[in-house]
Amino acid sequence: MLKDITLGQFFPGDTLLHRLDPRTKLILTFVYIVALFVAKSYISYAVMLLFLIMSVVISKVKPKALFRGLKPIMVIIIITALLNLFYTDGNTLVEFWIFKITDAGIKSAVFMALRISMLIMGTFLLTYTTSPIDLTDGLEKLLNPLKKIKVPVHELAMMMSIALRFIPTLIEETDKIMSAQKARGADFETGNILQRAKAMLPLLVPLFVSAFRRADELAVAMEARCYHGGVGRTRMKQLRMKRRDLLGLAAGALLLGSVITLASLGL
Amino acid sequence: MKDIIVTENLRYSYISDEDKRELALDGISLSIEEGSFVAVLGHNGSGKSTFAKHLNAILLPEGGKVYVAGMDTHDENLTIEIRRQVGMVFQNPDNQMVANVVEEDVAFGPENLGVEPSEIRRRVDEALKLVGMYEYRTHAPHLLSGGQKQRIAIAGIIAMRPRCIVLDEPTAMLDPVGREEVIKTIRELNRNQGITVVLITHHMKETIDADRVIIMEDGRIVADGRPSEVFARVEEIKAVGLDVPDTTELIYELNREGFNLPLEALSVEECAEVIYAVLS
Repeated sequence: MLKDITLGQFFPGDTLLHRLDPRTKLILTFVYIVALFVAKSYISYAVMLLFLIMSVVISKVKPKALFRGLKPIMVIIIITALLNLFYTDGNTLVEFWIFKITDAGIKSAVFMALRISMLIMGTFLLTYTTSPIDLTDGLEKLLNPLKKIKVPVHELAMMMSIALRFIPTLIEETDKIMSAQKARGADFETGNILQRAKAMLPLLVPLFVSAFRRADELAVAMEARCYHGGVGRTRMKQLRMKRRDLLGLAAGALLLGSVITLASLGL
Repeated sequence: MKDIIVTENLRYSYISDEDKRELALDGISLSIEEGSFVAVLGHNGSGKSTFAKHLNAILLPEGGKVYVAGMDTHDENLTIEIRRQVGMVFQNPDNQMVANVVEEDVAFGPENLGVEPSEIRRRVDEALKLVGMYEYRTHAPHLLSGGQKQRIAIAGIIAMRPRCIVLDEPTAMLDPVGREEVIKTIRELNRNQGITVVLITHHMKETIDADRVIIMEDGRIVADGRPSEVFARVEEIKAVGLDVPDTTELIYELNREGFNLPLEALSVEECAEVIYAVLS
């Protein structure tokens, strides 16, 4: 049952978006988010939406999968939109009790809801089209300059990739411990939330003990294979920027440029 | 031939749960010849794993010295070079894999050594071919069998181009098929690549092909010699709580019933021959 959990939400594929260098995709996502916050008018939002739709079409990711990502934060979107709707000054359209709805209120509520949903969908598109390993590799390379100000970039990337490596191992182990506990009469399925949480305790304790033991053994094994931090370390797989990456970055620059221009024109 | 590993009066102790010092290694002096296949036997708590961890500076001796290719393991500047020359494979295959993809895991060692990317690629392919796992290079390790994972761990060591591999009970968690795979791989590496092998184990069967068998008990060496010589001392081996190989056991029992067969016949074929000779 635990094996069905989709991790990292990566959908393998061979589209242009999948083949882009992870660094390009990270930069593009960042540019896209900045542009989202610069955009102030219907026209600039239309441009942003067009960019998102084009990316989704190229990636061949099903729109349904993107909307599924929105579900957990629907509440936040609705609350933000409502707050914007009632608490923005402007020409009053409707008024009742302590609430009044203004034309500016409607505009900012729509924009806020759009902004958050497009932000979530954009970042989901990144994780849908990039494998977790590529993502960590790309992040490490991009953040490399931060090493100069003593940010442990390599160590963070290493931790992330080891965590990803051990997720299936630990899930398998959880399954095993669960079966062992069930065989001795443990009940994980019935009772209220509190009772079920309590039933999880005999599951978590052995899992934690074993995770620490694994960590210890892995550390020794890594040292035995000459691991001594990121200094002087090379990588077998080198990330290389290709022509398509330049194209991708150019598209990002164009997007940001046009949104900024539109904003400066007061649109 | 030159000795690759030399230990001189090696001593090491643990602090036990009751705050008492317990001697794990009590004056081990031996030398391991380059290119040989040495099996170290002993039951739990005999000090064999502690001994293994001294061979590539994971543990440092409390007393005495360990030299790897002439380098003192106490010298911190040499630690990386010592670990490159003496690779180590551990018991649990899951807890020594770093990456999500087989070939990335094999590349981990050479990457740490700062080898050129194109050279790493070559070494990874070569190492995976040597252990017969080349077709699985893009697989995720957690989907492979125990024996396959252990062979990948071995490939990860070979990619560092070591002169010696120490294997600390590499088959303890494997099924008989996986055990067979791993031992076969080790044997081939020793014979064809000339890599020195130190195999820590408690399976008698795995030691028959070794050039030398060392039996440890309470942190000391109690027997050391060719397998046929060592296993001929059946009473002594049984006294330290170990079993002898099935073939030796059979001949030993037959001899007790009045036969006079040579205990040196270790392999199944040799054993069958001597028994056949008596029968005909």
